[in-house]
Amino acid sequence: MVFFMKIGVIAIQGAVSEHVDALRRALAERGVDAEVVAIKHRGIVPACSGIVIPGGESTTLCRLLAREGIAEEIKAAAAKGVPTLGTCAGLIVLAKEGDEQVEKTSQELLEIMDTKVNRNAFGRQRDSFEAELKVEILDSPFTGVFIRAPGIVSCGPGVRVLSMLDELIIAAEQGNVLALAFHPELTDDLRIHHYFLDKIFNC
Amino acid sequence: MDFEKLRHGTELIKRGFASMQKGGVIMDVTTPEQARIAEEAGAVAVMALQAVPADIRKAGGVARMADPEIVQKIIDTVTIPVMAKARIGHFVEAEILEALGVDMVDESEVLTPADPHFHIDKTQFTVPFVCGARNLGEALRRINEGAAMIRTKGEAGTGDVSQAVKHMKQIMGEIRALSGKTREELIMVAREIEAPIELVVETAKMQRLPVVNFAAGGIATPADAALMMRLGADGVFVGSGIFKAENPEKMAKAIVEAVNNYDNPAKLAEISKGVGAGMKGISADMIPVGEALQERGW
Repeated sequence: MVFFMKIGVIAIQGAVSEHVDALRRALAERGVDAEVVAIKHRGIVPACSGIVIPGGESTTLCRLLAREGIAEEIKAAAAKGVPTLGTCAGLIVLAKEGDEQVEKTSQELLEIMDTKVNRNAFGRQRDSFEAELKVEILDSPFTGVFIRAPGIVSCGPGVRVLSMLDELIIAAEQGNVLALAFHPELTDDLRIHHYFLDKIFNC
Repeated sequence: MDFEKLRHGTELIKRGFASMQKGGVIMDVTTPEQARIAEEAGAVAVMALQAVPADIRKAGGVARMADPEIVQKIIDTVTIPVMAKARIGHFVEAEILEALGVDMVDESEVLTPADPHFHIDKTQFTVPFVCGARNLGEALRRINEGAAMIRTKGEAGTGDVSQAVKHMKQIMGEIRALSGKTREELIMVAREIEAPIELVVETAKMQRLPVVNFAAGGIATPADAALMMRLGADGVFVGSGIFKAENPEKMAKAIVEAVNNYDNPAKLAEISKGVGAGMKGISADMIPVGEALQERGW
């Protein structure tokens, strides 16, 4: 029997198909056979070797992750060392602490990363932007797509800062967990998805 | 970091915003209290309005952009994105909404059109736009003008889903019919449906619209929302359907859950239990000729 590795993309809401496509393309480039599954319900996360929490609306994501019973599964998986990637809203969901906006809507954050986030650190949609970023793990600039983007305002000693923009942390890593304020899945550049896949295949 | 190097309002940024709404429910609200209910229920965004379409229809007269004060109050109340409607062709209303900080402008047939020939040149804005469409030609003309998101027109304010179904099936059917066609055949289609050739070619290749495509116009129950998702919608707008329902809180929450479970009838049955009566509405057939909102737009 062939062992089939599964990588799960949380498919509650948001840029799900973009992450699924990016992972499939990256897997194809590596010549690796693994299944990418979209997760809407409980019961699938425990079978995954990697988990992606995509961008979307964090208020909605947190509500439905809890209602569908997926939140606890992600926490358990991340604690076991399963590589987990959160982009934009995903970065908020992974955080330990939010700002008053997060408090106001009583979002239940997963508290997986020792980070404090600002929900719309980079403003409303009119302030959304693209910019060339220097990211620690990459040897040349990466086009960051920021959409009503959050930022990490502070983090604990176990968190490695990978990129900063205007005093805010926009990419960070804590062991098996990776969080980005921007959207690599909206560009054709697969380097960050490859970095995430490295975590899966090397662990 | 040099902030001058930040690129705002690019097509990627506008379409990317629409992508973040996928799989979500966008709800019409007229007060901060309603906006809070929508956010609490799990809406991905709210549409700030002076009156919901059912009331606009009832009131008659000229329907215009909402009072900026209402829009501002709603922006200040919720953390999720806030959208608002501008009249077709009324680029100054759109500029005002952009200046307020609205996250997306709906150039909407629900309001009385301000221009009998032209839609807004949406490429000139930083804020992204959503526009209604009944068929592929209309959708691609709007995308060509810069729309970052399309929604079916349906028939707003009726609570009758039939027109949204009709428009979604029309668009999906036209896209399916493009597959297998040669470039010269696609050029012929582009002429027939009055759409730009390159967008027709792109749509044929992708086998979907090049931007996010939501359902709107008559969605009133969790089952309606699930139906539209089954027909291929990327998400749904619910206008009068929430706050004209017997119990808006329950209806809002149920519709959000229905969109997440649209392919699971057993779960939909649970979700639909005890949500209370949907809006009373009016059958789209009963709308007198010339009064259908979907006829507006060119």
